[in-house]
Amino acid sequence: MDTEVFRAWIVRSAQVIEANRDHLTQLDAAIGDADHGINLARGFAAVTAALDGSPADTPGAVLTLTGSTLISKVGGASGPLYGVAFRRAGKALGVAADVDLPALEQALEAALAGVQQLGAASEGDKTMVDALAPATRALGKAIADGASLAGALSALADAAAVGAAATVSMQARKGRASYLGPRSVGHEDPGAASTTLILTALRDTALGDTAPRDTAR
Amino acid sequence: MKKLINAPDTVVTDALAGVAAAHPGLVVDVENKVITRAGGPKPGKVGLVSGGGSGHEPLHGGFVGYGMLDAACPGEVFTSPVPDQMLLATRAVDGGAGVLHVVKNYTGDVLNFQMAAELADDEDIEVASVIVNDDVAVEDSLSTAGRRGVGATVFVEKIAGALAEQGADLSAVAAVAREVNERSRSFGVALSPCIMPAAGKPTFELGDSEIELGIGIHGEPGRHRGPMRSARELAAVALDAIAADIALDGDLLVMVNGMGGTPLLELYVMYHEVAEYIGARGGRIARNLVGNYITSLEMQGFSVTVCGLTDDLTRLWDAPVDTPALRWGR
Repeated sequence: MDTEVFRAWIVRSAQVIEANRDHLTQLDAAIGDADHGINLARGFAAVTAALDGSPADTPGAVLTLTGSTLISKVGGASGPLYGVAFRRAGKALGVAADVDLPALEQALEAALAGVQQLGAASEGDKTMVDALAPATRALGKAIADGASLAGALSALADAAAVGAAATVSMQARKGRASYLGPRSVGHEDPGAASTTLILTALRDTALGDTAPRDTAR
Repeated sequence: MKKLINAPDTVVTDALAGVAAAHPGLVVDVENKVITRAGGPKPGKVGLVSGGGSGHEPLHGGFVGYGMLDAACPGEVFTSPVPDQMLLATRAVDGGAGVLHVVKNYTGDVLNFQMAAELADDEDIEVASVIVNDDVAVEDSLSTAGRRGVGATVFVEKIAGALAEQGADLSAVAAVAREVNERSRSFGVALSPCIMPAAGKPTFELGDSEIELGIGIHGEPGRHRGPMRSARELAAVALDAIAADIALDGDLLVMVNGMGGTPLLELYVMYHEVAEYIGARGGRIARNLVGNYITSLEMQGFSVTVCGLTDDLTRLWDAPVDTPALRWGR
């Protein structure tokens, strides 16, 4: 996956977040403060504008710029958390012009570590970690099993979706939803939902490029 | 949704333009969303910076001025400001004696101020932070993000601001801010939800005779929902919760705060009940505030904040202050 794939991933993420803006905000209204979709859509719109005007010419540079822009523009908790995630992923990719699956896995592990360090969240706390952590593990397992690019990225996106769905039955222990105590149970975590949208956008973007080869297999 | 706005996207910057026009004693950077005192930093004085989502006015911008904050960074409605804003504010108020960040305990505010403090450190500006967490409605345990910062923020900003104005150093100003926070507790009740301009609909639904007990200031639901009841009973609910955490005896500073959509008439009804309750338990309300100081847009409801005073804290509370929302002694 080259720089163009990563640029296309971020642009697609922005489109998907915008399309799901009200859905994410409704999820947040149930257990938070009803601004997740609004803030993330505002942030990713700023990211696409920043990418348009930037010469970022490696996958790492694209992700680092994405993260820095989210930190600068979003606010709330999601700005720093997504910002750190993308920045750490970008730093992990270094200056490589092309990213293979093991490099992607390392980048996602770095992103996960950054989010957990900043937010002090563990799996089961009903946060974006509940989508990002199982997705990263699923990618690692798919690589170990010798999966194709399509298979590995599908495993990644599917595990994120399963993880996000599992947050419905969890009681929140981090963020504003934790103030609700047991009343937070029964609602999907908005951060896990947006993480799933972004990782699914990665699969869809990358497979858009590789679908013919995979079909031929 | 009916609101006095031009467009949901511009509500914060349009309001800041209004603040600039109304208060010549403030310098308002509308584009970067930073409000500072006119005249620049005072050499040798600790700078006080606070910030948080908009929608809580007069907090924080209304408390910028002599004897209180040096700068405030308003975020989007109910959304924490970003580190860039906080760094601009920190730079603008640094008079060489360091800067205190007053941060309400919300995940977003804490994370963004943490990043701003790191950026300021890179520029060799000494920054201390105090996290305000006075809301007894939230259990302070590992299973939550910790108690929220609500009404005590007003007390912290006033008292720490007074000490900074007197020339105390950063560690002393930070220490008094932490002391005020430790001595303060709050509890809030909502009779109605509020409507964020960008969302256009209420943040939660409440039946005609239902209320939310233990609310914060972001239109988020409270800890539980219950039936509407009298002012006397609601004062008891709030103060029972506060009294479970701090003693209501001795000299107290008490604020009965409106959430934005509550008539002052009703706030005085509440204040009477609060005073009766505290008096019956041997407390003396030495100082008070009744009005809208930390709001949640047009939400109907109130919060009570109680702080146990010492002679030193009373003197700092009484010290002159000159801001858009608090003004006395000068």
